[in-house]
Amino acid sequence: MFWRLLTLVTKELQLAFRDPQSRRLLVLPVILQLALFPFAATLEVKNSTLAILNEDQGAASVELLQRLAIARAFPKILKVGSQRELARCIDEQQALLGLEIPSDFSRSVAAGRAAHVLAIIDGRRSNSAQIAMGYAQTVIEGYGAERAAAAGFSLPSTVIVRHKYNPNLEYRWFMLPVLVAIITTLGSLIVTALSVAREREQGTLDQLLVSPLTPGMIMVGKTIPALIIAFGQATVIALAAVFIYRVPFLGSVWLLYLSMLFYGLSLAGFGLFISSLCETQQQAFLGVFAFMVPAVMLSGFIGPVENMPPIFRGLSWIDPLSHFIVIVKGIFLKGHGFAIVWPNLWPLLLITAFTMSAGFWMFRRRVA
Amino acid sequence: MSYAPSPSVRRLLALCRKESFQIVRDPSSIVIAFVLPIALLMIFGYGVNLDANRVRVGVLLEDSGPDAAHFAATLTASPYLETHVATSRAALDGWLDTGKIRGMAIVQADFGARLERPGDQAPIEIVTDGAEPNTANFVAAYLSGAWRSWMTQRAADRGLVSVAPIEVIPRYWFNSAAKSKNFIVPGSIAIIMTIIGALLTSLVVAREWERGTMEALLSTPVTRTELLLSKILPYYVLGIASMLLCLAIGVWQFGVPFRGSLLLLIVFTTLFLGSSLGLGLLLSTVTRNQFNAAQAALNAAFLPATMLSGFVYEISSMPPVIRAVTYLIPARYFVGALQTLFQAGFVGHVLLQDFLFLTVSAVFFLGFTALKTRRRLD
Repeated sequence: MFWRLLTLVTKELQLAFRDPQSRRLLVLPVILQLALFPFAATLEVKNSTLAILNEDQGAASVELLQRLAIARAFPKILKVGSQRELARCIDEQQALLGLEIPSDFSRSVAAGRAAHVLAIIDGRRSNSAQIAMGYAQTVIEGYGAERAAAAGFSLPSTVIVRHKYNPNLEYRWFMLPVLVAIITTLGSLIVTALSVAREREQGTLDQLLVSPLTPGMIMVGKTIPALIIAFGQATVIALAAVFIYRVPFLGSVWLLYLSMLFYGLSLAGFGLFISSLCETQQQAFLGVFAFMVPAVMLSGFIGPVENMPPIFRGLSWIDPLSHFIVIVKGIFLKGHGFAIVWPNLWPLLLITAFTMSAGFWMFRRRVA
Repeated sequence: MSYAPSPSVRRLLALCRKESFQIVRDPSSIVIAFVLPIALLMIFGYGVNLDANRVRVGVLLEDSGPDAAHFAATLTASPYLETHVATSRAALDGWLDTGKIRGMAIVQADFGARLERPGDQAPIEIVTDGAEPNTANFVAAYLSGAWRSWMTQRAADRGLVSVAPIEVIPRYWFNSAAKSKNFIVPGSIAIIMTIIGALLTSLVVAREWERGTMEALLSTPVTRTELLLSKILPYYVLGIASMLLCLAIGVWQFGVPFRGSLLLLIVFTTLFLGSSLGLGLLLSTVTRNQFNAAQAALNAAFLPATMLSGFVYEISSMPPVIRAVTYLIPARYFVGALQTLFQAGFVGHVLLQDFLFLTVSAVFFLGFTALKTRRRLD
């Protein structure tokens, strides 16, 4: 029985790599995601332009401008001469953030009175603009505190901000572990979803059914190659993450693969379900797409799950990807052990049990 | 080709009629054109929320003095924070580790004493969960903001000079509540138009090649222009209908303001559909296979439209090479135009630039498709 299964697995793997179409489906996403996502998918704010309207002639505003000019967050500063010009810069998206220094700024600072700077935020890009304002605020308030200290008015208190797990808030450290999860999704789902549909399309399914393999064994034989491929793809991304992109890996490799196994199984069950249901590979492909987009969007990949309304948080709970992303990120960046991973692992087991039985049931019904 | 058939409006209308019947009869195209947009808009609008509203933070007071208590009260009063009080650092670390909280503020034991000591600065420790970098930025900003208002209040209570001599006063233009859905929802219309234009068309035309009905069509005296127009017009109407549906949902369901003109929105959608329908037709003509066409449409249209259009991810933060690539992506200009039309209304300079680029890309894709489409069976 073992040998029979092994033959089927070998055949599936050979098929996946021999057919140029499916080979492309397996290799292209890995390359594309590795090259594009870590660079393009970023919510960091870099290279943004700051527009400044300085209506003040005093020394304090000049000093402040110099400090902003050397701030790393704003490599380009546009100096504008009027409020209308400042408005145009924001309207036309030449600058992400506009600062207006009022005419009494230096006098207020010199006299020790409360001074203020107006920040104009482009609401069309409110997320980035708010982060940019945070950077500008740090520079401006730092200057204010220094001035006050020099005049003998030191602040009685201060804040010390530390970002744990990712001290420089590098977005890539977030993105690459997530990519490991996403590529596992793609691998295990595509291979299983296309497998039965392809055999049906090509008429080889009947041959498989008259062989001494039982439906259960056929299912296992379709699942194992998918897992092997998904593991291979995920390993490539994980290695690239650690060795090329220098993302820290603090947890246990075994735990990562154990969770990946359960996650892959949950998707393989779903993939077999789609595959048994669909008549053609194309339908199966659309089925995968229809599952992937919501699964990725609701997983916390772009916006965190905790920001979603309750119904969507519920949907996100039945989305295996959302649990797996938490696990992978935890193992990479936080060094999570089994005890901390478990609360996210058991929902995954539950989902796996459900999708596997659904897949088996559909396979029996529609195929065997 | 020696025989050149003459164009005829009647034939074109007949072809469009046939194409429309095909769309109406095929449940999957109706699903892609109407059910999918609603589902996607809901997912993007509700699922992709970048604003950390009421973020969970932990508070640890090692100092039991009135100043520390007052600071903690400021945190609790903040509308942006949901505070959880801990009794030890270990508890806080555990919460941060499991993601129960996204940040914490720690008031050290000697806080009150150091506040009173002249020349000393009593520190408030803020720690965030860097594994969620975007949220971490907001947590740090919210906690520092709460600290700032506590300082101002304390100074005012004691009649001291203002402690924060330079204050930054934010003004939000176009989006006064700074809600991310106000730019995500318009941007997602571009994604939906990409799916309709490129994915749906590429599948449908490739199917004609696969089933052999394309050959049947080519054996009739239909001209190249008629053939292309008959494929483009029905899907164009479908796309515009779907865009209007998205607009209605965006405005009524999500409360996203629409400040621009409907006419301009239709003009921009038309231009963008020109590019994406052209791309879809091109891919299906080149591959002549539904499966390959769908895959190619996914990689050539859907992926760039989500990743490189500035719909979620800020283009200016990307490295120069990728930034250069984004200039070639029609979705970039459409997303820009949509965000401006919805939130700012009319900004001539921005819209003109988007208009020009979208026109060029529409002409390019449609022209290239026309070149590649031959009345020939090969």
